[in-house]
Amino acid sequence: MKIIKFTKKGIYCIPGKFYLDPWLPVDYAVISHGHADHARWGMKHYLCHTHTKNILKHRISDDISVETLDYNEPKTINGVKLSFHPAGHIIGSAQIRLEYKGKVVVFTGDYKVKHDNITIPFEPIKCHEFITESTFGLPIYKWLPEETLQQQIHNWILQNKANNRTSVLFGYSLGKAQRIMKLVEGLDEILVHNAIYHINNAIESSGIVLPETTRLDGHFNKADVQNKIIIMPPGLLGSKMLKRVPNAATAICSGWMQVRGNRRWRGVDAGFAVSDHADWDGLLQAVKASEAEKVYVTHGSQAIFAKYLNEIGIEAAEVITEYGDNELEAAEAKKEATV
Amino acid sequence: MKQFSELISAIEITNKTNAKIAALVNFFKVADDKDKLWMIALFTGKRPSRPVKSSLMKQWCAEITELPEWLFLESYSTVGDLGETLALLLPPPTHHIEKSLNDWMQELIQLKPKTDEEKKKYVLNAWSGLEAQERLIFNKLIGGSFRIGVSKKTLVNALAKLTNIDANQLMHSIIGNWDINSITFDELLSGSHINYDNSKPYPFCLAYALEKELDELGDVNDWQAEYKWDGIRGQIVKRNNELYIWSRGEELVTKQFPELTEVFKTWQHDFVIDGEILAIKDSSVLLFNDLQKRLNRKNISKKLLEDVPVGFYAYDILEFENKDIRAESLEERRKKLELIFKQNTAENIQLSQIVTVENWSELHAIREDSRSVNSEGLMLKHKHSPYHTGRKKGDWWKWKVDPLTIDAVMIYAQKGSGRRSSKYTDYTFAVKKDDGLVTVAKAYSGLTDAEITEISRWVNKNAIEKFGPVRTVKPELVFEIAFEGIALSNRHKSGVALRFPRIKRWRQDKKVDEIDTIESVKDLIVGF
Repeated sequence: MKIIKFTKKGIYCIPGKFYLDPWLPVDYAVISHGHADHARWGMKHYLCHTHTKNILKHRISDDISVETLDYNEPKTINGVKLSFHPAGHIIGSAQIRLEYKGKVVVFTGDYKVKHDNITIPFEPIKCHEFITESTFGLPIYKWLPEETLQQQIHNWILQNKANNRTSVLFGYSLGKAQRIMKLVEGLDEILVHNAIYHINNAIESSGIVLPETTRLDGHFNKADVQNKIIIMPPGLLGSKMLKRVPNAATAICSGWMQVRGNRRWRGVDAGFAVSDHADWDGLLQAVKASEAEKVYVTHGSQAIFAKYLNEIGIEAAEVITEYGDNELEAAEAKKEATV
Repeated sequence: MKQFSELISAIEITNKTNAKIAALVNFFKVADDKDKLWMIALFTGKRPSRPVKSSLMKQWCAEITELPEWLFLESYSTVGDLGETLALLLPPPTHHIEKSLNDWMQELIQLKPKTDEEKKKYVLNAWSGLEAQERLIFNKLIGGSFRIGVSKKTLVNALAKLTNIDANQLMHSIIGNWDINSITFDELLSGSHINYDNSKPYPFCLAYALEKELDELGDVNDWQAEYKWDGIRGQIVKRNNELYIWSRGEELVTKQFPELTEVFKTWQHDFVIDGEILAIKDSSVLLFNDLQKRLNRKNISKKLLEDVPVGFYAYDILEFENKDIRAESLEERRKKLELIFKQNTAENIQLSQIVTVENWSELHAIREDSRSVNSEGLMLKHKHSPYHTGRKKGDWWKWKVDPLTIDAVMIYAQKGSGRRSSKYTDYTFAVKKDDGLVTVAKAYSGLTDAEITEISRWVNKNAIEKFGPVRTVKPELVFEIAFEGIALSNRHKSGVALRFPRIKRWRQDKKVDEIDTIESVKDLIVGF
């Protein structure tokens, strides 16, 4: 008996008659987290984690129909028992667990297994079928422990200050920006771009406490930002606003920065491999912990990761989805740049 | 090795030459004497020979990580650099080793004659005691290019900034014969081991592209016309029985061209001659692509010397019998140059021929036909002009022939290396042949970073293969390809070989049915 089906609109739960992170408009969408490639506009009804609600309203529209659940709070839809479980990706991110007549399917959305001090840590779940992402599905991707990363970023900022330079860190407004805020908290005043400021407000309106930041106005005084820490969305790389920052030292925070060629491509002063996705070991750890009979691998290195899983004796198949769409990210980044 | 590691990190991240020079200057201020010398040796091709084969390193990495070979290759094609791939794949270090660059290098030299088992023990111990970035550097110390964009010239500019010593003298000093165990950093830079008076070059005189009508230049008889050759501008310096060859990039390339060095050494007179280093076979100039095979090699095989023999076309003379004659007129200098070539002859070393014409209009036809001798156009030099320092407008003009262009469709894409390893930057293009397509060119330059990013995204979505470094893509994206020449070729499936193809622009306005056919491409061949 099949519970899920991969369709043109998204991942469909057959008995439940709802979709998981659909990319085309549907009646009932269950959303894993607030990123643009997973939570799209046009759904008649949304179901998401409590902390994702205000993010969705901010990103899509205030008048959408949204229903929420806490982690581990079950809801039955057409006989399917559905529940959210921490995915450790960004605030409010959830793995979606579906249970129907004794069979369990888990859709991870995006996730990371390492703790980051800002999201509720990833919860391993046993299931029959496990649908996993594979953004960093190559063994070259191995993240450093959070403390080591933090140390590297701190050293970089302190060195910048010593050289009379302003530290500008780039990361997506939703998720990465809050992670960076936590990583640099306490070092100096943190200034955030308008787009990040608004996302922070949406997150805090759910009762979450974020590190203290100041909104970076488009017409900032150079003297007010000199030697401080600024966080901007990646769309602002090479922008006029960045050019106005006095003595800017720039750094991108992204898992892609693991590879030297990527660091050099962007023409920044530093690259830190800070990722909210599971690294190679994290993906394997999550798959093994699920003890699933069948693994479906979505966006990223799906062909490679599925092939490897089959070789180590775990039945796996790749699935083509519309997640991890760079163009969408780019469009979002462009939009953010104009906010 | 901490300072060296920081230096590499600082250099690799930036693509600004000034930032690289600043990092180098800083390193030379703080590092130990021996480490500084090793830094210079590593970046000027004076490194000891590789002590451990890369195939062994790959094998040991596979044993440790237990990864299948295909997955190793996928990782390699994503990273684009073997030393870096190994550094990233290996497990985190279990302890920390701190050694100076000099200690590492001395140990690696001693490792060379040892057995594979001893080598393995040594390398594995180093790998488990170094962080990923240090491990990458360690792998590069064993062998392979650092690929961080530091040329000899950049290095020399940093040393010149540090010491205020003339950059060309420093170039000679670091290229010259020196042994790391018997020289200090200061001695090396002061040039006590060389005689700079014998090698000192002059700045090259450079020409601007012609920007007016020919008759605006005045009387045709006041001008000397020559073919413009597409090789490497070189300066031959012969003084006191020593011979040096400088490239236009102010690097000493003497050892790269033994067939020039050996011949010039035997010639009468002392002189400094300006000319073009070219690949010349059976008295014909070969394509620059061929000459490229000879460049930046540590060892030149006998086969390569036979396949791509190098010659020299002399343009000008700057010094004769130790006297600087740059202020003399071109006419006068040419007489001295001709005298030298009367007294000395060699098949591969020739005078650049003067193209004689009665009037300007004759020159047009000669320029149009310049591709037929693998030249890229004409040079026009005023007969009364001195040999200027650098680029100066008015006396020397280059009058290049316009490139040929075709519209072709992309059929394969491949990732680049170094800075370009994260993107699909190398493309193969095809034109129509009968009902299908046939490959005509490979090109990897001419697009902006933004265009490459967009095309890479498109390739990711439209690739047919899932594994391996080359992606076959739907024939959909059309590009205008420019090239300098075209010839019939049996070695190419299409039957033609393009010279120096590059992407002129991405024709987003064109569809694949609008591209050229192999027949229309062949029509571009002169006299076909």
